[in-house]
Amino acid sequence: MIEEKVAREVCESILLRCKGNPAEVTLQYNDAELTRFANNIIHQNVAERDADVTLRYFIGKQIGTASTNRTDTAGLDELVKRAKANAHASPADPNYPGLPEPVACQHVTAWDTNTADYSPKSRARAVGMVCQMAEGKSLNASGAFSTGSIVLAVANTRGVFTYHAQTAADFQTVVMSEDSSGRSQESAWKVNELNVEALGKEAIETAVQGHNPRKIDPGEYTVVLQHYVTEDLINSLNFYGMGAQALEEGRSWMNERLGMKVMSSNVSIWDDGLDPNGTPLPFDFEGVPKQRVDIVQQGVVMGPVYDRYSGAKMGKSSTGHATPINFRGFGPLALNLFVSPGDATVPEMIASTKKGLYINRFWYTRLVHPRDCVMTGMTRDGVFMIEEGELAYPVKNLRFTMPYVQALANVEAVGKATHILVGEFVGISVRVPALKVQGFNFTGSTV
Amino acid sequence: MRALDTANLRGAQYADVRVVNHREESLSVKDGIVENLSSSETEGVGIRVLVNGAWGFASSRDLTNAEISRITAQALEIAHASGLVSGEKVDLGPKVTSQGTYQTPVQIDPFNVSMEDKLALLMHADVELSKVQGVRTRQSHATMLKEHKYFASTEGAFTEQTLIETGGGIQATAVGGNEIQIRSYPNAFARQQVTGGWEAMLSWDLPGNAQRIASEAVELLTADPCPSNITTSLILGGSQLALQVHESCGHPTELDRVYGSEAAYAGTSFLTTEKLDTFKYGSPVVNLTADSVRPLGLGTFGWDDEGVPAQSSPLVKDGLFVGYLMSRESASKLGRKSNACMRASGWNRIPIIRMVNVSLEPGSWKFDDLIADTDDGIYMESNRSWSIDDKRYNFQFGTEIGYEIKNGKMGRMLRNCTYMGITPEFWNSCDAVCNADHWVMWGTPNCGKGQPGQVAHTGHGTAPARFRNVKVGVLK
Repeated sequence: MIEEKVAREVCESILLRCKGNPAEVTLQYNDAELTRFANNIIHQNVAERDADVTLRYFIGKQIGTASTNRTDTAGLDELVKRAKANAHASPADPNYPGLPEPVACQHVTAWDTNTADYSPKSRARAVGMVCQMAEGKSLNASGAFSTGSIVLAVANTRGVFTYHAQTAADFQTVVMSEDSSGRSQESAWKVNELNVEALGKEAIETAVQGHNPRKIDPGEYTVVLQHYVTEDLINSLNFYGMGAQALEEGRSWMNERLGMKVMSSNVSIWDDGLDPNGTPLPFDFEGVPKQRVDIVQQGVVMGPVYDRYSGAKMGKSSTGHATPINFRGFGPLALNLFVSPGDATVPEMIASTKKGLYINRFWYTRLVHPRDCVMTGMTRDGVFMIEEGELAYPVKNLRFTMPYVQALANVEAVGKATHILVGEFVGISVRVPALKVQGFNFTGSTV
Repeated sequence: MRALDTANLRGAQYADVRVVNHREESLSVKDGIVENLSSSETEGVGIRVLVNGAWGFASSRDLTNAEISRITAQALEIAHASGLVSGEKVDLGPKVTSQGTYQTPVQIDPFNVSMEDKLALLMHADVELSKVQGVRTRQSHATMLKEHKYFASTEGAFTEQTLIETGGGIQATAVGGNEIQIRSYPNAFARQQVTGGWEAMLSWDLPGNAQRIASEAVELLTADPCPSNITTSLILGGSQLALQVHESCGHPTELDRVYGSEAAYAGTSFLTTEKLDTFKYGSPVVNLTADSVRPLGLGTFGWDDEGVPAQSSPLVKDGLFVGYLMSRESASKLGRKSNACMRASGWNRIPIIRMVNVSLEPGSWKFDDLIADTDDGIYMESNRSWSIDDKRYNFQFGTEIGYEIKNGKMGRMLRNCTYMGITPEFWNSCDAVCNADHWVMWGTPNCGKGQPGQVAHTGHGTAPARFRNVKVGVLK
């Protein structure tokens, strides 16, 4: 692990090179390993050690940015030279609010040495167990098991220095037969919290139950959505409207809806970078401490998350949601999302459904229209018809086209259990339950 | 070479190493303000080893001898771990011993153009966009990258390449009532990209097209909606067709998907091996080629990341499915030879099968004649959304703009256009492809695949084409 002292020295040495000019350094080190398997064997197995040093150099309100993965003297000299030249080339940004001042930042523990040091052999043994279980059922397992660590530090010439070290682990598998598949996934910052055996069994069970799927007509169905689907709903609403920039530009599903009840009373969504039940990160990529932000409370739209730039434009303070500089074009994003649990189990949701669909996962979902966050995508890895409160038979995959705001307005029941899933995009972490939703619109089916 | 020697000595039957330096410049202007002006540089080394028929890979940003020794040992340790859950031993087929150097041909090296000059072009485009009333957000972008890489293998290959790309575009967003409408130029998401120099950016004439696309964005707010759930003739403009080719031709012909290597993530493919040389993928006017040699293509290079020389090969010939995108390992399994499709997104990623330039070969139609020949249909252009299932059968696309075609003439503008289909049905319904005068090499610099994720830059040459009996207008 890169210790705080080392990170501080690197940051200070860069800021010193800026010779009194306002500047901000974001420093990231990552060690990542991933074991990938398919056809019940390991076919790709990789390791990476990298760093990213990003410098924003300010001449008044002229801003120049440069980044490098070199931390040697020549690399850092070159970094400062390029950032300075870019600042000179850039006209002033009248909306730039200046660098933040130091504010005390809460320490959150998210480091597990066992996860950081987890070996390729340990991952291989876990993968081997799932492959054996799948093979025993004449099924074909594929997936990925990743472990690693990230160190993040942000410093600026006004005295901000923040440091956070975090480990991460994720296991995901798709188990397939000729005509069926099942998938499971879990993320955690402690690798030992991943129950790989249970995840393997979950995917295998779905694949076994999915044989001989029937083609059904598209149309409106009541759906019981596994938490993997809820992740997609929440992430899409995040990308297309939980940030203040989207709201300011009039392209958020929140526009004209602040303070209005547009979702079901049993839907509450918030972001909390300090909650150890998620994947904690106590500050953002400007070094601003993260605040808990209620985004939807009992169906009522409360408001977006802010970074300093969008906050200044909209007369608000930053809530600590600046993204990494190369994602800054997206504006602020919620990176540590939670959806409130309910009081139902998935079997109870199925039992209370006269006719509907149980869906394990959505796939390749894309925005069709920003207003209402209309999305299209496919079901994947487990779809079953529910009849008279029971899973009646597997069905072939369907295409849906559905406003996600409407989907969350139609929530009838929320799962008791919540699960953490960490996505690839900026490492957004969500802790989400399963949902039962009425009137979900399917617009096509596959071969 | 130190890494290869160490790997050899410690029992690897094959190893390769890539040392890569990657530079990038990026400029964005939004509403007259510079949103981003940045430059980045990364470098590092990745070593891939094959031990007892199982793969291991390790990489580091640190190019010191000590670190290269560490990652070589780590790659070997990982390969041994892979061997704990292994199957058939990997067979790479014939040896690859490529030698040489390659550089993207450019007229104006984009890294020799000052940031001030680049910015001036974007600012000029922004001013032109601002002349149209009713535009809510104006954006212009430019991206330049230069990758210098060495490849060496224990089979004796040693290559050096410098690949240069230039990209950019403009976008206007209009908001009114419940509508949000976007127009982009020259490509969707304001990002056309090619292998080449700054001359490409100049050739697109962003300022000269800014007022047109801004006016279209505003006009779309009150345009009639795309007819709902009807079946009609569809003519796709070149850039939309490029993404259609990418998603429904390029991805399903990736042989690693067919063999299940991507099953957990990107998915598999309906183009299973028994269909090779027998399956009627499209109509007789459909000819698809994979190449890494055509000028401007983002898949154009000297050698792939296994050292296999750039080349051209058919995927679909007169409608018949005849070829895959292949690596050495997958080609060997199929009894063929690699067609140079192994690409890594950087030093810290292993090469995997990626599209190179997957193109629809030009047909014989002039665009005006094609419109004149269409009694009833819709023309759609510039992608707004794309979604396709994990076997690459069922797709749905949305476009920024559409026009009704009635009695051989383009008519009213249409907003919120979508169409959907099943891949082989769709390509078998293609009855006309425009000629070489309309053929453009489009760039797709955002193709995601693999775990850990890799973003590839792929090229797609297309000319507008017509498809019959397509379902359009699926919004909700």
